[in-house]
Amino acid sequence: MVRYEDKTQVDFLVIGGGGAGAIVAKELSAAGFQVVILEQGPYLHEGDFEHDELKFKNLYASPAIGHEVLTSDHALQPNTFRKSENEKAVFTPYLEYGRCVGGGTVHFTANYWRFHEIDFHERSTWGELRDTGLADWPISYADLEPYYTKAEWELGISGSAGVNPFDPPRSKPYPLPPMAIKSSGVLLEQGAHKLGWHPYPAPLAILTQPYKGRTACAKCGFCEYFGCEWGAKSSTLATVIPMAEKTGRCEIRANSYVRKISSDMRGRVDGVIYFDAKKQEHFQSAKAVVVCCNGAETPRLLLMSKSNLFPQGLANSSGLVGKYFMIDLGSLCQGTFEQPLNEYKGVRVTRVVQDFYDSDPKRGFFGGGGIDTRFDFYPISFALNGLPPDTPRWGEGFKNTLMRNFNRTMTVFSHTTCLPLESNSISLDPEVKDAWGLPAIRVTYKSHPNDFSTMKFFSERSMELLDAAGALSKWALPIEDTTSAGHLMGTCRLGDDSKNSVVNKYHRAHDVPNLFIVDGSSFVTSGRNQPTCTIQALAYRAADHISRTAKSGGILSPV
Amino acid sequence: MTMNIGEASRRQFLLHSVSGLSSAWLALRWPAILAAQEHAQRAEASGHPAQFQFFSPEDAVEVEAIAAQIIPSGDIPGAQEARVIYFIDRVLVTFDRDKQPAYTQGLKDLRQRAQVLSPTVNRFSSLTPAQQIQVLTAIEKTDFFELVRLHTIMGFLAKPGYGGNHDQVGWKLIGFEDRMTYAPPFGYYDREFGKNQK
Repeated sequence: MVRYEDKTQVDFLVIGGGGAGAIVAKELSAAGFQVVILEQGPYLHEGDFEHDELKFKNLYASPAIGHEVLTSDHALQPNTFRKSENEKAVFTPYLEYGRCVGGGTVHFTANYWRFHEIDFHERSTWGELRDTGLADWPISYADLEPYYTKAEWELGISGSAGVNPFDPPRSKPYPLPPMAIKSSGVLLEQGAHKLGWHPYPAPLAILTQPYKGRTACAKCGFCEYFGCEWGAKSSTLATVIPMAEKTGRCEIRANSYVRKISSDMRGRVDGVIYFDAKKQEHFQSAKAVVVCCNGAETPRLLLMSKSNLFPQGLANSSGLVGKYFMIDLGSLCQGTFEQPLNEYKGVRVTRVVQDFYDSDPKRGFFGGGGIDTRFDFYPISFALNGLPPDTPRWGEGFKNTLMRNFNRTMTVFSHTTCLPLESNSISLDPEVKDAWGLPAIRVTYKSHPNDFSTMKFFSERSMELLDAAGALSKWALPIEDTTSAGHLMGTCRLGDDSKNSVVNKYHRAHDVPNLFIVDGSSFVTSGRNQPTCTIQALAYRAADHISRTAKSGGILSPV
Repeated sequence: MTMNIGEASRRQFLLHSVSGLSSAWLALRWPAILAAQEHAQRAEASGHPAQFQFFSPEDAVEVEAIAAQIIPSGDIPGAQEARVIYFIDRVLVTFDRDKQPAYTQGLKDLRQRAQVLSPTVNRFSSLTPAQQIQVLTAIEKTDFFELVRLHTIMGFLAKPGYGGNHDQVGWKLIGFEDRMTYAPPFGYYDREFGKNQK
């Protein structure tokens, strides 16, 4: 891999080597530019991953075995939380995000849902929704479609085009056939058909056949929360990172934690200050910077990058950096069945229904979602969290239920709208610091009443599905305020108007000509909370634009 | 098999250190994990029953008695046969070292409760099974009980390389096999579904 000196002024610094950053870095380096990825987490490889629940799955509310391996670690990077700005935020292990090369795509379930056409213009379709920041995107589904296709074909997505009647139009089918159906998929199909719904094979970022030199999924089961030991999960770690390295122009600098993006007197960014693994400070010089740190770390970094020219934080003349924070909402229901499902084997999800994807005014609230069936557990987490609520917590009854249920339990998981509210935000905590002495992220979040209605609606549909599928017993997890959050979105939203958004429709900061931001923070609305596919399509689209504009001289040299 | 798992990790660790690949990160985070694994391996390799590192033999008997109430033995092995006590002892000198005081204090309280219930004995493990259940029911909402429960479940179902789940008795109980590959059909419903498709 190429190594650049700190003092070398590279063309592009990409901060964050996750689902978006790795794509941007690969595209730009393949286009001939010098690129450095600065990733705060480690650079792990397939050989580092294991079937070891104690090491890789977060079991404690407080840190697991000393430290998290693949995700954010609250022992090192605490965050504080409050429901409204009138409250004092207190330490809460709330945020969860991928923190390694490959980011969240290393440990994700690999659900790979495109947005629907409606997701880009809900505001103009449904009208204003009071007390929310519901807005149209500055781009349409058609603008993004070629990049969805590019992501699916370059990364390797399996699925079956044309089965889901609610699917948006697509220019090409999936490159790989869908996964073999599991018992949870069969039960979803049978239940859904009874209810008149339209189940379809889950689109997954997991290979069903060898593809581009990578091996197919071995169905070992250690998938969600784990790194793939086979490289069959189409994480950016397994796909575009090796491609970026092969260009000979992209350096992946792991364990490099950026504390400030520096800007010059003309209002252009000129490099970053970061800590290396030994907490030594460095300055890396660059002609342009692309921020891809996720919906929480991206606004935090911009807010930490204040200067005389940017007293509110970098790219924040709108005051909206950190605002409209959105998270993964949904409902969880569980059921048990007569016969063994053995759901711990294979990928997590094989069937999905999207019959209630669109908002429907008849329901009396705004919002929609999709439902998948899966087994959301491994042995230890199942014993801790997977048993029916009336199970004895210890003794003979506990043991017997554990024994009977592990292979007979199924989760029905819905993924639903999270409305953008200006009052939900990421900001810098005025007191709490992380292990590097930097301000902790302060989360302010409370779900909109419509979001609760949506979750309740989906919980009810999920219980109907369990009944229709013949569950012996079923229970719903309560719909209540969140205590943790992934799928961090919305905090540097796209828009045409610099007063109402942070970046333009090509992800260029309105305020800074050589600064780009592309990740979950770009989202104007949440879709139905399976964001990775859209984050990656946006990354391909942004990189395409950045590359073309840079080649025509519009980014890398000051005007 | 237990040994191989730990040795593979250790090899990886050393390889990375030599190559300098993310070695700083590994140096920061892996020692505690590896220590737990290696500790378990040494005990296994010696061929002798493992020595307790944290518990006195008397305390080990007490904690094992609690674990044996949480996941009882019977026709199918429970926490005792899974050697959960060795797992707990090891986590208390490795990655959960900061939980040592909770055990020390919790066991002291337990002894007092045992004495109150049965003045002739001064140990929880010497109580009758019914008395043990009575004591644990009284403390089942305490942080100490939650901690022992958590450690018992972990020790029962974690990789055997950590010292518990001996002979994979925990995994056998729930019907989990640790394999690197599976082929469909996986369960009853997809098997039946496949038959009907043909």
